[in-house]
Amino acid sequence: MTTTTSPSKTSRRFRFNWVDSFLWFIRVSALIAIVIGIVGSVQLFLEGEGPTAEQWRDLVISGLSTGFMYGLIALGYSMVYGVLGFINFAHGEVFMSGLMVSLIAATLMFENGFWDANPTLALLIVLSISMLVSTLVAVLAERIAYRPLRGAPRLIPLITSIGVSFFLQYAFAGIFGVATRSYPPAPGNLGNDVEFLGIAIEGTKLLVVGVALISMVGLWWFVAKTKTGRAMRAVAEDKEIAGLMGINVDRTIVTTFAVGGAMAGVAGLLWALLFRAVDFLTGFLPGIKAFTAAVLGGIGNLPGAMLGGVLLGLFENVGPLLVLNGLGIPAVSQLKDAVAFAALVLVLVFRPTGLLGERLGSEDRA
Amino acid sequence: MIDLKRVRTFGLIAGGTLSFVAAIGMVESFNERTLINPGITMGLLLILGIAAVFGYIVAAGKPNPLVETARDSRSGGIAGGLTGAIAGVVTSLFVLFVDTFDVSEFFPNMREPLVEAMTFELGVPVGLLVLTAVVTATAAAGGAFHGMSDSFRAGMSRALGWVVAFALFELVVSEILDFADPLVDLIYAPRGGLQPWAAVIIGALAWWLSTRYKGRGEAFTERVKDSEAGSRLRRSVILFGVAAVIILPMIVGGVVNELLITSGLFILMGLGLNIVVGLAGLLDLGYVAFFAVGAYGTAILTSPSSPAFAPGLSWWIALPIVMVLAAIAGLFVGTPVIRMRGDYLAIVTLGFGEIVRILLLSDWLTPIFGGAQGITRIPGIPVPGAGTISGTDPQLFIYFTFMFVLLAAYISYRAQNSRIGRSWAAMREDEDVAEAIGISTVQAKLLAFVTGAVIASFAGALFSAKVGTVFTNSFDVLVSIIILVVVIVGGMGSIRGVVVGALVLIGILGGPKSPGLLAEFSEFKLLIYGALLVYMMLKRPEGLLPSVRRSRELHGEDLTQDAWLDKGGDFTGDSAEEEATT
Repeated sequence: MTTTTSPSKTSRRFRFNWVDSFLWFIRVSALIAIVIGIVGSVQLFLEGEGPTAEQWRDLVISGLSTGFMYGLIALGYSMVYGVLGFINFAHGEVFMSGLMVSLIAATLMFENGFWDANPTLALLIVLSISMLVSTLVAVLAERIAYRPLRGAPRLIPLITSIGVSFFLQYAFAGIFGVATRSYPPAPGNLGNDVEFLGIAIEGTKLLVVGVALISMVGLWWFVAKTKTGRAMRAVAEDKEIAGLMGINVDRTIVTTFAVGGAMAGVAGLLWALLFRAVDFLTGFLPGIKAFTAAVLGGIGNLPGAMLGGVLLGLFENVGPLLVLNGLGIPAVSQLKDAVAFAALVLVLVFRPTGLLGERLGSEDRA
Repeated sequence: MIDLKRVRTFGLIAGGTLSFVAAIGMVESFNERTLINPGITMGLLLILGIAAVFGYIVAAGKPNPLVETARDSRSGGIAGGLTGAIAGVVTSLFVLFVDTFDVSEFFPNMREPLVEAMTFELGVPVGLLVLTAVVTATAAAGGAFHGMSDSFRAGMSRALGWVVAFALFELVVSEILDFADPLVDLIYAPRGGLQPWAAVIIGALAWWLSTRYKGRGEAFTERVKDSEAGSRLRRSVILFGVAAVIILPMIVGGVVNELLITSGLFILMGLGLNIVVGLAGLLDLGYVAFFAVGAYGTAILTSPSSPAFAPGLSWWIALPIVMVLAAIAGLFVGTPVIRMRGDYLAIVTLGFGEIVRILLLSDWLTPIFGGAQGITRIPGIPVPGAGTISGTDPQLFIYFTFMFVLLAAYISYRAQNSRIGRSWAAMREDEDVAEAIGISTVQAKLLAFVTGAVIASFAGALFSAKVGTVFTNSFDVLVSIIILVVVIVGGMGSIRGVVVGALVLIGILGGPKSPGLLAEFSEFKLLIYGALLVYMMLKRPEGLLPSVRRSRELHGEDLTQDAWLDKGGDFTGDSAEEEATT
């Protein structure tokens, strides 16, 4: 655009440079702040102040496990964005709904002793309920709110999904009450530490990473190897042509929402294991963070979503102490969410296409 | 002809809706308000309303612009009745379930009071039959209503509407009729609710007036809109409006004035966001950040007890400083997002809004912003001759808010029809094309952000002078979303739409923290806002009072080449612009 030969060339170039230089200013100052922060933290560490090596290790481990959970939610954003080109703002609530409903089953099983007697079966039951409910909510939202809007200007479905998100939040608040409820503690001896590669890791965290990896591989197999997966990729590439090739576009889109919902359901179980608390607003922050993860990895790109999730989880858990503590800011753990949001802004300023690059349909690349 | 499939579908949906409103406790809490004494409560109205609406929808059939729907009150009534019967049975089953099993551990509202409310306190077997019968009858009436003659429909809906309005807005009516105290005591029962005979009289009067002056209203608006004959008329309408605005705060009491101020602040923010979302087409979900800049800026500059830096300036001196700060904040948020796609922009601005709130609350910045304690003792607005105006004096404060609303409306109005307004419109429709015809989108976008931010800072400055203390929880992401709902329900790009939207939503249902005129709704307003957002996007994306241009865009009424040929190549200004986008 700077190569236009308009008469007001100089003033034009001046304006563009102005924005660019501001962006460069942000980039450079962010980099400098991060570097100073890290140097400061390293200094603190060498002086024997600040967190100890063990604490750092624990932070990395919890960052990884949270990150895998974000990655699972991010898959839903990424898939829907890849196929329909809009941000399903209500995906966080899809995740929350499975979590909330499966709490009933978990509490009932805990009360009659089944929870600790048959840990594997109990977790499987919770998992299937969570997946079922999340899938159902995602598919219903698609059917009622999004399908009539296909082909509308891009912001219309986004605003609709904000409405869906709000509606779901307060519908759950009305039905389940506004109080925060807690999940029963991890069943059996899952909560104990497990020796893994010479490090003692909490069993639940190991389980979280394992479940996330299995789901990821399953999803990859589904998208890459099955006929439905191929249809999904075709629809993501070009809906019209896919329709002409005999693919049922509507059904494929529903499948996309369903698979995204199911992954959010799996993430619900992981949240239940990691954080053990749920209320009607639980879906909001993880939802935004998972979206950040999806953008970080490159939206529409499934391995990217997982990678983005892990990186964001690490960044959010380690970042406040590593960067902000080194800058001399007190009570950094309060700023955890701000760090995640700042990560979103910085990712979009530095590399809007994400780490692994976007994979979008032809109509969304504009 | 009765479409049985439609009857079944809508019967189930109606039953689900009734069960849902019962499950969230809406019926119970609405029952605490009596509308018509004795017995007709708001909860009953809710049940009847849902039943009637679904009966009507079923009778109306699928909307088809090509076929005139048959209007037959008998088959409409039967279809409505069948729908109502299904809905009644579904709801009864739900109530029976709640009555039989104890699920209150997980569903706090599903306990005895719900059963009592839904069975009209008649106990389970009898009450459920009554419920089914009532729902069936109302839905049948709703269905039959569709087939009635136009004059009957108009009269009936006016009559019902006025009666419900008089019953719902008892507070406002009795305050306006304060001078005629005996009349108020006459039409309202001592413990709230219209007297039955008063309801009948109001209904009959409304019906009679609607037949007597049929079509006069439309004729009047036509005359006002008519550019030549209407100019004097228009002037008197405007004068009348101004007079109403001046007089209204004097005759209504403190509660209503308080609501008017809150709505006024939301009108202000709505107008600001309208510039960003409605005119420039940038979906800003972190708009509350600018409101926070205005409020905290004013608080720090004027309050003597501001923690770090307390110059103790007068509000009038603080205002321009705050405006500059807000403009800088607008540039700061606007510049990084300028190249982003519309949907990324939405999420990033949301992120900015949250970052601001988290930082304000954090221990790190507590020495400056007071953290969770906020900043207290913010003085009011000093006005020569009237002392200091603050929230304790709502009547004067309201004129103040009006002034700023007028200013913001004027800015929006002028901007809309100016060069920059047209650049925004072009950019909103197609950025590449706008760029190609020589519009600097960077400049246009930044200008939109800055204008919006400055208007929000007005609202913030007024807010902190009004309440005297600012806390972080007034700057939740919820506020951004509610302003967005106001703009979308009112009509993106439409000034009067935003004004009406804010008055209706914030004034009646309530703002993010405060209840509105119908305090019964305060628990459910956010649910309603969410549903409203979805409904508007699906059915009426241009809003209640749309701007003409925007509604054309949203309905995709692109004049394609064929349509253009059909019209004989007769193009007028705006449609040519749309041709460019197809």
